[in-house]
Amino acid sequence: MEVLFAITIGVLVAASVYLMLSNHLLRFIFGLVLISNAANLTIFVAGRLTDGAPPLIPEGADAPLGDVANALPQALVLTAIVIGFGLFAFAIVLVFRAWTTLNSLTPDDMRLAEPKEAQK
Amino acid sequence: MSWVLALPLVIPFLTAVLAFLTRQSPLGRWISVVGSAVLLAASIVLMNVVLRDGVIAGQMGGWSAPFGITLVADLLSAVMVVITAIVALAVSIYAIADVDEGMERLGYHALFNMLIAGVVGAFITGDLFNLYVWFEVMLIASFGLLVLGGRPEQIDGGVKYVALNLVSTIMFLTGIGLLYGMTGTLNMADLASAVDNADQRILTLVAVLFMIAFGVKAAVFPLFFWLPASYHTPAFAVSAVFAGLLTKVGVYALLRIFTLIFDHDTAFTHTILLWVAGLTMVVGVLGAAAQSDMRKILSFHIVSQIGYMIMGLALLTPLAIVGAVFYLVHHIVVKANLFLIAGVAQRIAGGTKLSRIGGLYKSAPLLAVLFVVPAFSLAGFPPLSGFWAKFLLVKAALDMQGWIIAGIALVVGLLTIYSMTKIWAQAFWEPHPDGIEPKLSNLSSRNRAAMLVPISGLAALTVIIGVLPEPFVRFAEASAAQLLDPTPYIEAVLGVQP
Repeated sequence: MEVLFAITIGVLVAASVYLMLSNHLLRFIFGLVLISNAANLTIFVAGRLTDGAPPLIPEGADAPLGDVANALPQALVLTAIVIGFGLFAFAIVLVFRAWTTLNSLTPDDMRLAEPKEAQK
Repeated sequence: MSWVLALPLVIPFLTAVLAFLTRQSPLGRWISVVGSAVLLAASIVLMNVVLRDGVIAGQMGGWSAPFGITLVADLLSAVMVVITAIVALAVSIYAIADVDEGMERLGYHALFNMLIAGVVGAFITGDLFNLYVWFEVMLIASFGLLVLGGRPEQIDGGVKYVALNLVSTIMFLTGIGLLYGMTGTLNMADLASAVDNADQRILTLVAVLFMIAFGVKAAVFPLFFWLPASYHTPAFAVSAVFAGLLTKVGVYALLRIFTLIFDHDTAFTHTILLWVAGLTMVVGVLGAAAQSDMRKILSFHIVSQIGYMIMGLALLTPLAIVGAVFYLVHHIVVKANLFLIAGVAQRIAGGTKLSRIGGLYKSAPLLAVLFVVPAFSLAGFPPLSGFWAKFLLVKAALDMQGWIIAGIALVVGLLTIYSMTKIWAQAFWEPHPDGIEPKLSNLSSRNRAAMLVPISGLAALTVIIGVLPEPFVRFAEASAAQLLDPTPYIEAVLGVQP
């Protein structure tokens, strides 16, 4: 199971690095979404994977019986997903604004804040 | 005890909510000023408690460490909170003159106080994942502030700022995940001992992930490009608070993590940091020398100065850490002040491009004096605060026979003077190219007071630190001792271990 997740994370990261390096802002954002999900999966796997063992405490007991799923990484991932959602919503709107005000989504063309030195 | 710790967090959040509710009226700016003043009072209370009782920790929600979320303040955290509150107060007064009603209606004051809450939270949290959350609070507020107003340059700078900071965030998150997988804990005090049982080689890998993540936030070479691309675009009040505080949160995180948790293989990690420090100093100052806009020069100088702090961390001797802590505090005051002064220059002389302005020395001598103090402090002139900061670091480097890094630090200091004299000569000495006289009296009396009071206050603080360095150095020594021997920190969080 861990191997499967490791391969998935690897593929996600590879795809996102490819997208982020492709010199286009929209692809960059897609790459970011992918790599943030890869990070979330990393946290998820880091908490160790269990099969069909929800972290429930049976009635009358003080602690769960036997090995159960680790609930903490799930809480962490949930937090990260929520935060990530907010950030990406902002980032996509920002890219849209960049498209309407700067008429370009190629980072190389976006030189308004740092104009090229005049040709000597 | 935990209310002392929670107050500096609760106050800016409350202020942000109140400022949001009153964003349609001029009341918002006063709420922001009062909120910052109350925050300053609360942070001084926190500082007093820490000075009296040593490291204090509070377990939020009553869940004991390492299971719950811990807030913890040692001397370094406490002084960072105080200095944050000072900058917040200065900038919120300045904002009365600098931030127009359009930006206020869009919620400038709410975002500003949210940013302060995030910065304070990052300084006093004792939990790594919580640190991530505070970084995000800070980041999303700074995104908002950066593009508020929506001029095309701001959008352009904002894209680069957002993109690189999001990448760094994801690095940070991945590092947290891996560290949790190896140790099973995210409490920083608990991690300090838990990492001893982990595979040391993988630990070094995780350490480098954290180094890159915080390195982007701190704007070190070669990860700093977002900073000069964006810091000169927003309102001056915004860029002052960014310049003062945001990168320093990254430096603080590096200082904390690389003394408390990742001190297992200093020959590897801290050697990288030393290279990074040297290159950051040199590249930053050369970048500044090539610029011709006041705010761009100052932006590159942030990068260059970050190098000094990282140098202190990399040398990792007691004196070097003293220097780094001293530098951190001095730099926040000086840098925020220089951006505020650039704002005044823009207002009365009509720009920040050095070729377009001039005559400030003749027409506005008070501003010239106020500029000289932080500018020469930045360059390290005695008897200003920057001299002592540089002196401590260079002495620490020489004590270790680090001739090269000491030499770099001194040469970069010289080049800093070059940049500052460039600003001085072109903006202050030369006559204005359009022949106008940039007088301070061109400002309305309310704006003049709102702009000059915080600038004078911060300049006075620079002079005080410079003339009476002894208590500050002593304080830095105590806080460096706490960083290098984290036993009191760990005991405050986890209780005394048998």
